[in-house]
Amino acid sequence: MNITFLLNGETVELAGVSPTATLLDWLREEQLLTGTKEGCNEGDCGACTVMVSDPSGAKALNACILFLPQLHGKAVRTVEGVAEVDGALHPVQDAMVTHHGSQCGFCTPGFVMSMVTAHANGATDHDTQLAGNLCRCTGYAPIIRAAEATEGAPVPQWVSTDRAFRMPEATPARDNAFLPTSADELTTLYAEHPDATLVAGATDVGLWVTKQLRDLRQVIFLGGCEDLKQIDITEDAVRLGAMVDMNAMGAAIDPLHPSYGEMIRRYASVQVRGAATVGGNIANGSPIGDNPPALIALGATLHLRQGDARRDVALEDYFVDYGKQDRSPGEFVEAVSFPRQADTLKCYKLSKRFDQDISAVCGCFNITVDEGVVSAARIAFGGMAGTPKRATAVEAALVGRPWAVETVSAAQAEFAKDYAPMDDMRASAAYRLDSAAAMLARYFAESQGQAVNVLEVSA
Amino acid sequence: MSVSKPLPHDAARLHVTGTARYVDDIPTPRDTLHLAFGLSPIAKGNITAMDLEAVRTLPGVVAVLTAEDLPFTNDVSPSIHDEPLLADGTVHYMGQPVFLVVARSHLIARKGATLGKVTYDEQTPILSMDEALAADSRFEDGPRIYEKGDAEAAIAAAPHVIEGLFEIGGQEHFYLEGQAAMALPNEGGDMLVHSSTQHPTEIQHKVAEAIGTPMHAIRVETRRMGGGFGGKESQGNALAVSCAVAARLTGRACKMRYDRDDDMVVTGKRHEFRIGYRVGFDDTGRIQGVSFLHHTRCGWAQDLSLPVADRAMLHSDNAYLLPNCRIESHRLKTNTQSATAYRGFGGPQGMIGVERVLDHIAHELGLDPVEVRMRNYYAAPEDMAEGVDNTTPYGMQVEDFELHGMTQALLESSDYAARKAAVDVWNAENAVIKKGIAFAPVKFGISFTLTHLNQAGALVHVYQDGSVHLNHGGTEMGQGLFQKVAQVAASRFGIGLDAIKITATDTAKVPNTSATAASSGSDLNGMAVKAACDTIRDRMAAFLAERHQADVTSVRFGGGHVEVGEARYTFAEAAALAYQGRISLSATGFYKTPKIEWDRIKGQGRPFFYFAYGASITEVAIDTLTGENRILRADILHDAGESLNPALDVGQVEGGYVQGAGWLTTEELVWDDKGRLRTHAPSTYKIPACSDRPDVFNVALWAGSNREETIYRSKAVGEPPFMLGISAYLALNNAVGACGDAYPALNAPATAEEVWRGVRRVHAGGDSGI
Repeated sequence: MNITFLLNGETVELAGVSPTATLLDWLREEQLLTGTKEGCNEGDCGACTVMVSDPSGAKALNACILFLPQLHGKAVRTVEGVAEVDGALHPVQDAMVTHHGSQCGFCTPGFVMSMVTAHANGATDHDTQLAGNLCRCTGYAPIIRAAEATEGAPVPQWVSTDRAFRMPEATPARDNAFLPTSADELTTLYAEHPDATLVAGATDVGLWVTKQLRDLRQVIFLGGCEDLKQIDITEDAVRLGAMVDMNAMGAAIDPLHPSYGEMIRRYASVQVRGAATVGGNIANGSPIGDNPPALIALGATLHLRQGDARRDVALEDYFVDYGKQDRSPGEFVEAVSFPRQADTLKCYKLSKRFDQDISAVCGCFNITVDEGVVSAARIAFGGMAGTPKRATAVEAALVGRPWAVETVSAAQAEFAKDYAPMDDMRASAAYRLDSAAAMLARYFAESQGQAVNVLEVSA
Repeated sequence: MSVSKPLPHDAARLHVTGTARYVDDIPTPRDTLHLAFGLSPIAKGNITAMDLEAVRTLPGVVAVLTAEDLPFTNDVSPSIHDEPLLADGTVHYMGQPVFLVVARSHLIARKGATLGKVTYDEQTPILSMDEALAADSRFEDGPRIYEKGDAEAAIAAAPHVIEGLFEIGGQEHFYLEGQAAMALPNEGGDMLVHSSTQHPTEIQHKVAEAIGTPMHAIRVETRRMGGGFGGKESQGNALAVSCAVAARLTGRACKMRYDRDDDMVVTGKRHEFRIGYRVGFDDTGRIQGVSFLHHTRCGWAQDLSLPVADRAMLHSDNAYLLPNCRIESHRLKTNTQSATAYRGFGGPQGMIGVERVLDHIAHELGLDPVEVRMRNYYAAPEDMAEGVDNTTPYGMQVEDFELHGMTQALLESSDYAARKAAVDVWNAENAVIKKGIAFAPVKFGISFTLTHLNQAGALVHVYQDGSVHLNHGGTEMGQGLFQKVAQVAASRFGIGLDAIKITATDTAKVPNTSATAASSGSDLNGMAVKAACDTIRDRMAAFLAERHQADVTSVRFGGGHVEVGEARYTFAEAAALAYQGRISLSATGFYKTPKIEWDRIKGQGRPFFYFAYGASITEVAIDTLTGENRILRADILHDAGESLNPALDVGQVEGGYVQGAGWLTTEELVWDDKGRLRTHAPSTYKIPACSDRPDVFNVALWAGSNREETIYRSKAVGEPPFMLGISAYLALNNAVGACGDAYPALNAPATAEEVWRGVRRVHAGGDSGI
């Protein structure tokens, strides 16, 4: 296919691009721009971080799992392109030198690009901004000192030039890859090519290519479907379009359900969340995706579309079995919605590492207590079964009973009825089951005003 | 003088602009070929058939090699020729290279590597330590045993005896730059090899063996690595040798880099240990006798496992005078990746063994763990009395013990006593979140225990414009060695660093080098460079003294100038004059570490030139419901002697602590019952991320010196800070201990799940049912 984008301020027009060529390979092998590094080739280390801008803003993204067609119409900045033309370093680069932020230097270009992007966006939550960049040498302390030193430094002119980039109208040629610009166009294409792979953010499909070495015959890239990126928050409901990225979702959710917002903050990394989408996370049916349990606990409805036909399904019913979802060929996720409600939701993400780690267990509790009695409970878990799954037995043991330690203890015993989790490299079955039950005790302790969050404790 | 200045890393500007070149960034000839290994999918068995037709016919594949196609030696072992490059009929672990694909691109090579149809007669692998012990599968005939006094008798006579068993997991290096090499065939069968290696001479040696040439035909160049940590001491051999073999075969440049998953599956990691201990002590916690039983899982090939296991034994005392001590070490051979060098080289495992013992003693007696530790410390030099024992379990006199002063200083600067009291208050008031605080000292022996490795060479040229070309045998992996050594050179000539050109490590410039390992880089190469610079400087001084009829001792180098009596030249002018005076401005330098001698079989001697010291205090919080835990604060005082560059040294300390804490907390390697490594990517193997560093992180260098005559009286700083992370493990133990009376006895890594297990163990009164 043919695509056009801006690379370090220069327009690039490419013809005959393989739909699964990654930006990283193209930069390194075709452009000989070797500053962008391959550390893991799966979006977990951040060494390949680049900045991608469009009129909606600037994002740090992992170039290793970014397919070239996803860049059509956007502006890409690599580490080679952030200093001034006269060689004057970007303030981030300068601070990284001054504060000894590099040792072996291999992760450094990725850090620089995450920091340059955060700086352009005025973000100062540095731990969160850099959670997707691994460094094995420094222990991060000098990098954070550098990031702090850069706060408030002037943003280079090229940042706004990149954002303002508008593509010269060229429409990509259609062959084995498609770039629809609306949901209507998508549904037509998908009806014609029901076997095509839908690529939203490519944070999962990217690994099919880079790790499983799969060839994708036909690909439909959804990134141009602006109408799938809507977030509608009314008095009654919250509706998130399938192509809302996880950073945008986090920003929308955080004021409504802060615990869920915090869980999204720990969900993957800035780079992955900037690419990953609400719809992709649900559609791929992973038993350990973090959104489904939270959304199920909120009583979410999934909106599916095929041609002009639309249907709604309760989110928990979408997940039929491991690897099997209630979705027909040619049908796609258009949006997910959930009712507005008082915030009684707590999301507990248990993983080996706090940031950027796939959950061993993700427990989401939405328990309503009226006058000391549990009036409603929606509890759902990821990592405990072959699908995201509600804890119906636990819920039943809570509803109608006094919100008290005895009720909680009795309900904890019900977890074994709801779940028979497995042993794997993330956690043992026994630990999963016990932790799930412990999370109910945590929810209770938290409701009693006890300190229960290890992330909120200081020395 | 540039020595002791906190200058940035020499390549910092290249790093931040993306212009620092690593092996995979070097521009390649147009027809360069790319390699990938086909790997064994089973842990043990015999190859019964290999059908590689699908690989050969994949468009873009140029050649496929098996063991039979290798022209000369099929071996990439750094020790005893037990590590074939390609499996020679038998496979010994899941991930072992079986065939080599040579293709037009990296991606085609990787695809080709998945297409081989190899059939195996599968056998039952030996995976665990218990299985290895049952099968008597081991390296060396039996255990190594080091003894001092009579441990059993002393334990029997002691008022208190406790024992325990401690599992300590391995660790993946996770250098950000994976293994990589490139070979460029030169005329006459010569080969230029670029390798991401800590040991260019080893690469040269193995490549020469593999392509049947003398070492002089092979030139290995290493400008920098994107991290090494020991993982590039021997593990790069396979790639460099593959490239050279394929380059010889095809006449084309060949490049190989592992995809991350392959890197983690193929290469060795830190040695896992299981340490059993029995200790007798008095009412004050003074150790009377202690016995350690080390088991370590070495994997399928010997690699560097013997010296690693030795070094674990040599650090079983850490900072403590053990009047009677016995250490028995078993090196077990299993069908897993061949465990290899990793920062500390066994030292951390041995050290955490005795730290666990001290922790357990303090818990048993209800005493402050810091007090118990200090009571067991070696004597400080000023307190050493004639005839009073101050020797290690291997008979070396401890003459430079710094930890009494360092401990006091750290207790004060970290406000330990008040914070410990505050932790107790918190724990009394909080049921769910418990806190813990702990102190740990480090005493780490500096020198290669294989004595002959303690040598280094340098090559220095001064050009007639006064600029200096600097080369030595050390390699740069991020530690700042090149900058430190350049600071030495600049100081010797009295010139600015801008006049010094740091150059890639090159076996054609300095031969017969040792690995940049054992923290020895600046000690050895700094001295060798000093020697080379001084040779040139002395020649220049003699020439100028004669020219000015002055005494040679009156010639002064400093501030970019050379002064002879009343005359004052810029260094460039002096160099030009010397050149015109037909003075050689090029010199080699050589250094060998004095005083050391070691018998590893007897376990007696002086293996170390000196010790480097450190001390740390870590405070943690745990969630008793799920075991989730984090480091809240760390305070560190570290001994770098008279630091060559305090900024770089602090960087080693901060980074070492976090890496050490990672080893003991989130970094868990998991193999399944077939021997498959399940944690083979950063998605499943979790090194510390940004927010895992301590919220409060106070690092200072101890204002000390080196009692031995090292380069500017500095101390080695690469490995010792890694072990500061032990205090994070101890703090977690301390926090879990707040849940009841029993000793938590956490195993390592203390993941959330292990802490959860520990909490339940303590709740159950110490019964380790879980």
